[in-house]
Amino acid sequence: MSELTESGPFIATQQSVTNGNPAPTLDALMGELKIKRRPGFLRRFPSGVQTFLTNGKGVAGLIILTVFVVMAALAPLLSPYDPYRRAGKPHVQPGVEHFLGTSRQGKDIFSQLLEGGRTSLTVGFIAGISATLIGLAVGISAGYFGGKVDEVLTFFVNVALVLPALPLIIVLASFVEEASPTIIGLVLAFTGWGWSARTIRTQTLSIKSREFVLAAELMGEKKWRIIVREILPNMSSFVVGGAVLATIYGILAEAALEFIGLGSPSSVTWGTMLYWAQRSQSLQTGAWWEVWPPAVAIMVTGAALVLINFGVDEITSPQLRAARLGGRIKKFLKRRGRSVDVF
Amino acid sequence: MFSETLMEVRNLTVDYVGETSIARAVNGISFDIRKGEAFGLAGESGCGKSTVAFALARLTRLPGLVSGGTVRFEGHDVLQFSKARLKAYRWRETSFVFQSAMNALNPVITVAEQIMDVIETHQPQLGKRGARARAVEMFELVGIPSQRLDDFPHQFSGGMRQRICIAIALALNPKLIIMDEPTTALDVVVQRDIIEQIVELKSRLGFSVLFITHDLGLMIEFCDRIGVMYSGELVEVAAASSILTAPQHPYTRALGNSFPPLTGPRRRLEGIAGSPPDLRALPQGCRFSPRCSRAMDVCTQVAPPLKYYPQSQGQAACHLLQ
Repeated sequence: MSELTESGPFIATQQSVTNGNPAPTLDALMGELKIKRRPGFLRRFPSGVQTFLTNGKGVAGLIILTVFVVMAALAPLLSPYDPYRRAGKPHVQPGVEHFLGTSRQGKDIFSQLLEGGRTSLTVGFIAGISATLIGLAVGISAGYFGGKVDEVLTFFVNVALVLPALPLIIVLASFVEEASPTIIGLVLAFTGWGWSARTIRTQTLSIKSREFVLAAELMGEKKWRIIVREILPNMSSFVVGGAVLATIYGILAEAALEFIGLGSPSSVTWGTMLYWAQRSQSLQTGAWWEVWPPAVAIMVTGAALVLINFGVDEITSPQLRAARLGGRIKKFLKRRGRSVDVF
Repeated sequence: MFSETLMEVRNLTVDYVGETSIARAVNGISFDIRKGEAFGLAGESGCGKSTVAFALARLTRLPGLVSGGTVRFEGHDVLQFSKARLKAYRWRETSFVFQSAMNALNPVITVAEQIMDVIETHQPQLGKRGARARAVEMFELVGIPSQRLDDFPHQFSGGMRQRICIAIALALNPKLIIMDEPTTALDVVVQRDIIEQIVELKSRLGFSVLFITHDLGLMIEFCDRIGVMYSGELVEVAAASSILTAPQHPYTRALGNSFPPLTGPRRRLEGIAGSPPDLRALPQGCRFSPRCSRAMDVCTQVAPPLKYYPQSQGQAACHLLQ
């Protein structure tokens, strides 16, 4: 105790407290960082949905994709002409009569775009989602059960990984003359699940060794329940993200296969539209309206799916959610002459 | 003894910023750490002890935000440091030992290299040989034979690994070591061993310590002064020797009553009724008032300021003392 009296009271006097650069009140801080309660209609959703719906990128992607899907679904009602038949003179410029012009064969591009969206989107989504589901089933079983099961399943995963989709389709196409979009989608699904199986297996292995899985096992939970309730939710954004990327891959691969002429040229998809545009040398003859619409449609769909992926990623990552505030917090600190850097 | 101030914390406020709300985890706390002193921060889980430690180290990351206050280290404001100044401040002037510090060791690199790393980064003039010599010295200092320098972390026990981390923290002769529950993961025997070693090193090398733990007994033995935190605020600061014998704040008293003394007559342990308040729905007035057995009307309306009381030679924030 003696040291205390020697040095006098070591206290924060009222004066030194006031020169301590006091923090703004909570309300002032919420104002400065523009933090608001969410509007009522949003608060009725589960928090994951709230996060997604307040993410600009995710919502933008969702809106774009919805527009595309709705337009494709309503194609028979919206398209002004029959996409399979000649509707006017060849290579008519975009105008009142033909919104996006006509192709070399005189088919209406806008009608073809809508009709093509139906097939391209369906094939892409079916290929992407089924590849993810196969990958999920195989990967999670291999990772969770381990041992012999893992060995056998991993063997098939490796086979799927080395099986290239393009040459396989080329081989198939030579058997099945003019592969229909359905066949192309199936081939893409059966060759495309390897990658997601492999990553999901790794993810499962790491989650499996965590204490809560051990605890669930000790408590006697059933195996399927551990997989579905304990492990799966921990990689939900991972799985959804994988499905989104696989769908992009499905759409692109389908278009690529048809573009190089392996699909059925009589079907109407974004891929075959590009195939015909290439066949009729549209770009060289200045008929850009035959090439750009399907190309842009593919690009925008891919972009929309990537945007959705951003939104999904954020749901399960607190860091990403906090990063939303990053810019505002940086400004807050800058105004006070401080930096946000930790290192 | 302890006349010069090494670190002066004033009005430190740390918030955790959510998307729709902000939680004020540390609400304007002020204290000093003097040269050669061991200052302790005690309190329940979630009262903001570790948040303070991270803020002093300037390690607060999103969504955490130091929204106000100053942290002066030898008169310089840590919160305003540039990157280069921060690098010098960390480790050369202030080093850290965190709760799971032993996990900070890289399993595939020998411990020698990991000690030498920090020496070579901050004192390159020493060279490889000098760094090695210093590493040997540090190992002896924390009581591990220097023949084991070239071993890998997994070849050591938990306690030894923690001591290696303390050796790394001491390697550059810092003026302040921030220890956030440095021994929580260890058993009591090893814990005592390490604490005694730190006490011994402290008196030999003269550094200051900010010691954070919820083990009040350990803290009283090790620290010179103790600050008791409750719900993000300091409720009492007093000499370690008097904090249990003459607690001023009801919370400190209740904390003292909730663990058994080793000597003296047996008495009933009381514990503290209720649970710490939710930072997003704080009670009006004194934050401890809903759990306080001696709460008065004024307690539920006005928050008491932290004031110096000559009779205890410490500070406390309670209306009962007025």
